[in-house]
Amino acid sequence: MSDIVLDIRNLRVEFPTRKGVLTAVDDISLQIRRGEILGMVGESGAGKSMTGMAILGLLEPPGRIAAGSIHLSGDRIDGLDDRALQAIRGRRIGAVFQDPLTSLNPLFRVGDQLVETIRLHTGLSRSRARARAKDLMHEVGIPAVEERIDSYPHQFSGGMRQRIVIALALCAEPELIVADEPTTALDVSIQAQITALLRRLCRERGTAVLLVTHDMGVIAETADRVAVMYAGRLAELGPVDEIVRRPNHPYTSGLMGSIPSLRKDVDELQMIPGSMPRLDAIPPGCAFNPRCTHAGPRCRRETPRIDSPGAACWLALEGEVA
Amino acid sequence: MIAFLIKRMANAAFVMLAVALLAFVIFRFFGDPVEMMVNEQATQADRAELRERLGLNDGFATQYARFVTNAVQGDFGISYRNQQDVMVLIKDRFPATFELVLVATVISLVVGIPLGVITAVHRRSRLAQALQLGSIVGVSLPSFVVGILLILGFSVSLGWLPAFGRGETVQIGWWSTGLLTPSGRAALVLPAVSLSTFQITLVMRLVRAEMLETLRSDYIKFARARGVPAARVQWRHALRNCLMPVITLTGMQIGNLIAFALVTETVFQWPGMGMLFIQAVTFVDIPVMAAYLLLVSLIFVVLNTVVDITYAWVDPRLRDDSARSGGAHG
Repeated sequence: MSDIVLDIRNLRVEFPTRKGVLTAVDDISLQIRRGEILGMVGESGAGKSMTGMAILGLLEPPGRIAAGSIHLSGDRIDGLDDRALQAIRGRRIGAVFQDPLTSLNPLFRVGDQLVETIRLHTGLSRSRARARAKDLMHEVGIPAVEERIDSYPHQFSGGMRQRIVIALALCAEPELIVADEPTTALDVSIQAQITALLRRLCRERGTAVLLVTHDMGVIAETADRVAVMYAGRLAELGPVDEIVRRPNHPYTSGLMGSIPSLRKDVDELQMIPGSMPRLDAIPPGCAFNPRCTHAGPRCRRETPRIDSPGAACWLALEGEVA
Repeated sequence: MIAFLIKRMANAAFVMLAVALLAFVIFRFFGDPVEMMVNEQATQADRAELRERLGLNDGFATQYARFVTNAVQGDFGISYRNQQDVMVLIKDRFPATFELVLVATVISLVVGIPLGVITAVHRRSRLAQALQLGSIVGVSLPSFVVGILLILGFSVSLGWLPAFGRGETVQIGWWSTGLLTPSGRAALVLPAVSLSTFQITLVMRLVRAEMLETLRSDYIKFARARGVPAARVQWRHALRNCLMPVITLTGMQIGNLIAFALVTETVFQWPGMGMLFIQAVTFVDIPVMAAYLLLVSLIFVVLNTVVDITYAWVDPRLRDDSARSGGAHG
């Protein structure tokens, strides 16, 4: 089992507020192996970005990890102090954020931002770090590296900036990349290029990737396995092919039904009635029960949970909802 | 960049011409220059002769053109009060004010910027809150009160620093500097500190507000996700993004300080332009006032131009228009 890079056990992220404690991530367990892309999908507020930030140790106070553990290649990384986290962020875990327009510091040349990151983590000399920066830019598919390395972020297009961001994430050959909505701010054609790039890097380098997105299409194209999040909980976990073909959780089925397809002629896309509950109004039992057409008494009473592949649904787990 | 510079220069020249017009109108039409220059025994013929000699019978445009031509050459005429060349008076006084303002500005930046960063980064700490409270006092205390308190504390009670004058000065060409002698430097401390109190708090509050904004931005979070140490994120990545408004403020404030240092100069009997101006006002010394007006405007215009150019230096996005279209696509 030594190829498990990320091991999250019973993770719980809480936000103490004036009105009470909100649970943004509720008892999540999952693993990612070397060279594997785990897609994490869900609506806004489902807790997927929170999970990513918790792994990076970048939860905005007062948000905090209230329970559970996060291990990176066997080393526990939750609850570390800032100094220890600095040695992990960028070095062992790379990050890619949603908006490449705002992820790069506008006042520094992209080459300088790359060199800074490389030197922070590897201690290479300035000139060797610069050579490595050029290699990375080349590797993520930036043309005319010699000219572009001294450009400022505003001189790049959105897709090119996201490539720079990915190059920044790769600076220190991390074991894991947390990609938080890496394609959301991009055109569809650019999206495909970026996901293809992530996939290629993951294969070639054996990097594990946590791909957070609300776009099931991106997951279906990119990920090996998928974790479906709903109201801070894990709804379903499993290989992407299986879940796309045969979803077991009613919420996942709803998500699949909402993807437009070119092959099938559908007049109207399916829609899940209602909306995800706010964090301060999660119903007892299964969080999805008010919107679920199959819900029974048990769904309103007990919360179904999974810590291995499967669906957190009484119907799937027990075959009945009574 | 060159087109940008030329445009800025043309703007500046235009503003200066407008101000010169104003100064000229004051000089020419507020009271009769001839009346102010001749003594009581002068005959009507003497007056007419002087009027002709001064060119006051020429057309308005001719007189204005002559005024501008003279002003460009540094000739503002003779002071009514002490019959000295106005330019000589200003050359005597300007270095004192300039050094005072320069030192006050340096103090306000060197103290204000770090305080701003610290109060933003540790905004919940007691120290930050105390500084924030103190800054309100700093903003609301008039500078003459600060000056008097400083004199009371450091000159009268402690006797550490002189309370008035400029100390010994060294002449470098026409520039007299107090920065090179111990007594000159000692004399500079209290007025400069007094003049900078308001500036420090202004800079601090501005930097704090900008830092709070910047620290929330994505690229700061991303810099942390890249593993950049917190201090480096704050002092390098965030602070640089906060400097733009600080440059604007400082540029404008240097002009303000030069123009309004007269309060501080009065309190500390600092032999600068402020004192010169106060005396000119008292004696209705129009040529000195006109020259002062032009000089202060010139300083404002130059500073604003420099600020615009500095922007381009700090923020690459303002440097060239071609960059936007030159980006790679894909």
